[in-house]
Amino acid sequence: MLEIEGLSVRYGAVEAVGNLGFTVPKGSITVLLGANGAGKSSTLNAISGLAPSRGRIALNGAELGGLPPEEIVRRGVALCPEGRRVFPSLSVADNLHLGGAVHAKGEELARRTEAELDRFPILRERYHQKAGLLSGGEQQMLAVARALMSAPRLLLLDEPSLGLAPKVVEQVFGLISGLRTQGITILLVEQNAERALEIADHGYVLQSGALVLSGSGRELAESPLIRDAYLAG
Amino acid sequence: MDFFLQQLLNAVSLGGIYALLALGLAVVFSIVALINFAHGELMTVAGYVLFVCILYAVPLPIAVVAAIAAAAVAAAATERLAFRPMRRADPTSLMLTSFAVSAILKVLFQNGISARPKPVPLPPDLSGTLTFGPVRLGTVPLASILVTCLSLFALTLFLKRTVMGKAMRAAAEDFQVLRLMGIRANRVIAAAFALSGMLAGISAALWVAQRGSVDPLMGFVPVLKAFVASVIGGLGSLSGAVAGGFALGIAEVLFQAYLPDAALPFRDAFVLGFVVLLLLWRPDGLIPARTGRRS
Ligand SMILES: Nc1ncnc2c1ncn2[C@@H]1O[C@H](COP(=O)(O)OP(=O)(O)O)[C@@H](O)[C@H]1O
Ligand SMILES: [Mg+2]
Repeated sequence: MLEIEGLSVRYGAVEAVGNLGFTVPKGSITVLLGANGAGKSSTLNAISGLAPSRGRIALNGAELGGLPPEEIVRRGVALCPEGRRVFPSLSVADNLHLGGAVHAKGEELARRTEAELDRFPILRERYHQKAGLLSGGEQQMLAVARALMSAPRLLLLDEPSLGLAPKVVEQVFGLISGLRTQGITILLVEQNAERALEIADHGYVLQSGALVLSGSGRELAESPLIRDAYLAG
Repeated sequence: MDFFLQQLLNAVSLGGIYALLALGLAVVFSIVALINFAHGELMTVAGYVLFVCILYAVPLPIAVVAAIAAAAVAAAATERLAFRPMRRADPTSLMLTSFAVSAILKVLFQNGISARPKPVPLPPDLSGTLTFGPVRLGTVPLASILVTCLSLFALTLFLKRTVMGKAMRAAAEDFQVLRLMGIRANRVIAAAFALSGMLAGISAALWVAQRGSVDPLMGFVPVLKAFVASVIGGLGSLSGAVAGGFALGIAEVLFQAYLPDAALPFRDAFVLGFVVLLLLWRPDGLIPARTGRRS
């Protein structure tokens, strides 16, 4: 579904990602692992058009490179960014509304909102509250729901479990598996390698902006490099 | 009693004009981090449209709408021609660009129209006073307060209820994420400029109604006041702009009315002293803006 070849992301003199290539098969959960600063967020930002990049980024054969973020989300690729980044002074309702506003109108927009509120009942309880007043876990739910309002074919998730309590982390991973069964393809960036590899079909490991390892979820979970670097014991 | 009410009315009506102007500055600043010193010239554009309309006996409501629309169009045009090419520039370069736009527009007014003030006479029934039992109040300040309230109400509805209004509030907090939602950055920025132009146009109509004339430099003083008001209120904060505008307008009129005669020449010193005290008390302004991520 998504094919990446020779991707480079530079910020001035800093090369965050160099000559990266990987694919995300349709209907899969693909996970991108790597230490802090490895270039995971830069890769996702490049795919969504936020970070300047060179190389080939193709969605079902159509080139995305060089398009602005507004265009890329219209092609069916939504990013749920690192750190949640909900609009804090806007209500939950308005955050969701903005997520869907240019993709659906009237009844369809209302239907999508209902579907997200069914998926995340806690957001229905908080519907009229300001997003900034939500707990970290609730904000993460809102960020995912907001991204889903555009009805993406490919969802990019940047560290959705970061800073959440263990119980909430479980909820988030359960949700991600659920999304796949609904036909949404997922590219997941995670620090929590152990948990991520359990739900992943494929995985790639980044180090200093380059690919150092790839394989199925199970292969990676058993590989010595991953065990030493990310999994305790 | 009569004198106090009259002064209070003047204070609130002047405060309202400052509030609308400061809001115009804040709407743009909150989104693109530009302090637009050409905001005053948008007022001047509206003032000249008012002048021409009244010269040709266009009915007042139509003249006012035309003036507001002209300021909105002028604002959107300055965005397209001057500020959009500078989108990636730092705040200082943006501010310098706005000085340039302001200077160019002033020269255009001076050479294209006239360097001297042009009279904008109000219809006679607007220039008198209204009598409420024992008190008589000026029609212009009353109308001005009414217009300010209606504008603030309409602006609030726009910001809370419409997609573009919500997008503007979101853009002030995290522009990149707003773009991820598919909302076009250029449209939001252009709309913010147009909105700020409308606010300048409304303020211009109220300002001209009190002065009765327009001239090429008429925007300078009010925009300076609006800048002071935004700083008092909290730069980039919309509710702060309203609070700051009213605080400044009320302080100016009350010092003017109640300072002893010997101190009157120093009125502005007293007003600015009051501003300094406010800032010592609340260094980030009365209602500080959230600092957002910008594109
Ligand atoms: N906007 C930016 N400007 C400059 N350097 C950046 C920027 N974003 C990321 N970097 C640098 O790029 C490298 C990769 O960062 P990032 O993609 O955020 O890694 P990860 O998400 O894997 O932690 C880091 O060295 C980081 O400092
Ligand atoms: Mg990251």
